[in-house]
Amino acid sequence: MGLFVAQILTGLANAAALFLVASGLSLIFGVTRIVNFAHGSLYMLGAYVGVTLMAALPGHFGFWGSILLSGLIVGLIGVVIEICVLRPVYRAPELFQLVATFGVILVIQDLALMVWGAEDRLGPRAPGLTSVVRILGEPVPQYDLALIAITPFILFALWWLITRTRIGILVRAATQDREMVGALGVNQAWLFTGVFFLGSALAGLGGAIQLPKGGADLLMDLNIISAVFVVVVIGGMGSVTGAFLASVLISVLNVFGVAYLPQSTLVLMYVVMAIVLLIRPYGLFGREEKAGEHGQVGEPDRPVRPFGTLGRALTGLLLLALALLPVFGSSFSQVLVIDILIFCLFAASLQFILSTGGLVSFGHAVFYGAGAYVAALLITYADTPMEVAFLLAPISAGLIALVVGWFCIRLSGVYFAMLTLAFSQLGWSLVFQWNEVTGGDDGLVNIWPSAWLSGTTSYYYFTLVFVTAGILFLRHVVHSPFGYALRATRDSARQAEATGIDVRRVQWIGFALAGAIAGVAGALFVFSKGSVFPNEMQISKSFDALIVVFLGGVKTLSGGVVGATFLEGVKDWLIRLEYWRLIMGLLIICVVIIAPDGIVGTLRKVADRIGLGRQEEASR
Amino acid sequence: MLELHDVNSYYGKAHILSDLGFSVGRGQVVALLGRNGAGKTTTMKSVMQLVRPRSGEIRFDGTSLVGLPSHKVARLGLGYVPEERRIFSDLTILENLEVGRQPRRQGAPNWKVETLFELFPNLWERRHNRGKALSGGEQQMLTIARTLMGNPKLLLLDEPSEGIAPVIVEQMAHTIVRLKQEGLTVIISEQNLHFARMVADRAVIIEGGEKKFDGSFPELEAQPEIRDAYLSV
Repeated sequence: MGLFVAQILTGLANAAALFLVASGLSLIFGVTRIVNFAHGSLYMLGAYVGVTLMAALPGHFGFWGSILLSGLIVGLIGVVIEICVLRPVYRAPELFQLVATFGVILVIQDLALMVWGAEDRLGPRAPGLTSVVRILGEPVPQYDLALIAITPFILFALWWLITRTRIGILVRAATQDREMVGALGVNQAWLFTGVFFLGSALAGLGGAIQLPKGGADLLMDLNIISAVFVVVVIGGMGSVTGAFLASVLISVLNVFGVAYLPQSTLVLMYVVMAIVLLIRPYGLFGREEKAGEHGQVGEPDRPVRPFGTLGRALTGLLLLALALLPVFGSSFSQVLVIDILIFCLFAASLQFILSTGGLVSFGHAVFYGAGAYVAALLITYADTPMEVAFLLAPISAGLIALVVGWFCIRLSGVYFAMLTLAFSQLGWSLVFQWNEVTGGDDGLVNIWPSAWLSGTTSYYYFTLVFVTAGILFLRHVVHSPFGYALRATRDSARQAEATGIDVRRVQWIGFALAGAIAGVAGALFVFSKGSVFPNEMQISKSFDALIVVFLGGVKTLSGGVVGATFLEGVKDWLIRLEYWRLIMGLLIICVVIIAPDGIVGTLRKVADRIGLGRQEEASR
Repeated sequence: MLELHDVNSYYGKAHILSDLGFSVGRGQVVALLGRNGAGKTTTMKSVMQLVRPRSGEIRFDGTSLVGLPSHKVARLGLGYVPEERRIFSDLTILENLEVGRQPRRQGAPNWKVETLFELFPNLWERRHNRGKALSGGEQQMLTIARTLMGNPKLLLLDEPSEGIAPVIVEQMAHTIVRLKQEGLTVIISEQNLHFARMVADRAVIIEGGEKKFDGSFPELEAQPEIRDAYLSV
């Protein structure tokens, strides 16, 4: 009984920091409709700033003063981010805003490395709260009790601010109709900045307040962000009360998970989230989202059309050059190009569902990983011939996508994205923690192709054929009646429904198709490397693909391919630099602000301007 | 008080207003008449800078409005009541009014929550209800009351009689006459000639974004061909 109570208290204390960060994210989303992925970075900054301040300021006053100051400083950093990065992209489609915040994550990671170094910092103990209290015989740290006491006050203060003050009323009004608030004489730009300040300050407070229980390190930004998203999604985007309840739920669950089911701690959180979303698709306290409600419908796409002579000639030349590579290139260059080709196919499959289907998936890597793991498991445990494993991998990936899709396509927009993220995390934690079967972190090794493909050159051609076929197939689908139907569901689900298109089914099949193609890429990957590790399924893999599609240009299939080639090519020499994340992050932010059409889109516009594109159109 | 000169506004490539110009004097009630798609709403949005005119000049009390952010236009004393009402459906009536509140203004009637509830007694009974629980007529009253909380000198009313019950339309007409008595300048856009005649001093008829008529109602009645060509009666 005593242990049980102590565990609950630990969970409640852990909930304090999580609630601060999550309520900040929820507030920011509620008003600006921006899903701020960099929110974990603000939390990390709060911790680092707090450590530095606490070292400088002594005593009780110094400790608590440092926490408040950290919140203030991080709030101001948030203001800088809002003004420099987000203001230019408020009108842009959601995906662009997300990618911009990815850029911010990378920049902050390297800036923190520059300022504080790579070494982890241990947080100081809170003066006067260093010992433990015995509750029912179990020791409970005094600081935990202090946190438990503080959290309700913060909840109350936020509740009061939002429901009882003029600022709170304006904020809630702006959540619904920014333009109208402006037309009534309110300067909504500063309202947004104010909310961003408050949200960032809460994240900073969260980072500083957890110091005595943890510390500051360079991984805490990504470590907390998935938990924070789970909390915000379970609680309902935009609801502070929801964030509070969900933080408590997740933190307590985590403590019990660690104690009784140490093998499933990671999975547990996502299972809870999936269950909540199945019962209440918009979270416990969330409001239903309607597509386009906030005026974020992008400009109309230009109609897709088959390549003209020029396009065909260029594609042909590219394929010819690739086919001739083994004649001229070293085997190292072939290995490099194999990597690029596989990534291209993966990115193209994401681009397909994202652009043609309008379904922004945050967890596409789970299907890539599924393809790789299914092949690897078949080889390891069933001695399946490589050819059969290679065939079964994409089929299984497609089936998994069918199951995941069944849950996810019932939602749209940010909630869809979050649920796909949850499923991918579920998949990742499964392979990561199920040591007996998947080898956990050690991965599965010795997964080589059959003898006839064992040479680098023969596997190079094998990859080239499958990647080309896969991309051509996707292109074909986009131009088929099914592709038209899919685009109709993207542009107007209601209109499509009224025309007799079964919206959900079309989206479902599209989603599964994209998953299967990602599975092909995964299977190609596992046989090219001979091994597979859980990081192939991690969030960062999904994000890489999103960034790539975005950099290349969202609107064309070639965008994914060009972006993937660019990133894989650039990464090789970029990661040799000490601060490559900073450069990459700034590059991403610049692209978002200056060339939001991506590489292909921008080239296309340039081509249009000098008359290339027009001629093609006229010749048809 | 408000002058438009050669205003040209676009939605993307569609040319909506072409060389539109008219003026409104202090204390006047002007009816902007025209069919669906004639450009009435765009005219109002252009004044509020919710749609940015590509060329032309819009002056309010001598200050140029073109290029100002909407909230600055509102703070000069222009109140906009949109056709779709756009009340904040998750906020209560009192909270909706609070969003519209602006400091009192020289040369404009000063409104308080209490005086507005006198003007719209139905809203008082439902003051703690959320916007989404209101009927169409109540929403229309709320959106006018919300804009009045900003103490405007000039009120832009976009199709106030649309989609509400005839009894309420009559009440609306009385309200507009009352606002005029308070000294407010009003522009209302209307398709309903009968309603416009009840409340307005002058009519401006637009069609295809161009001005076709500008004069008093007796003048308009003297030219039935204009009425037949540009208004659906």
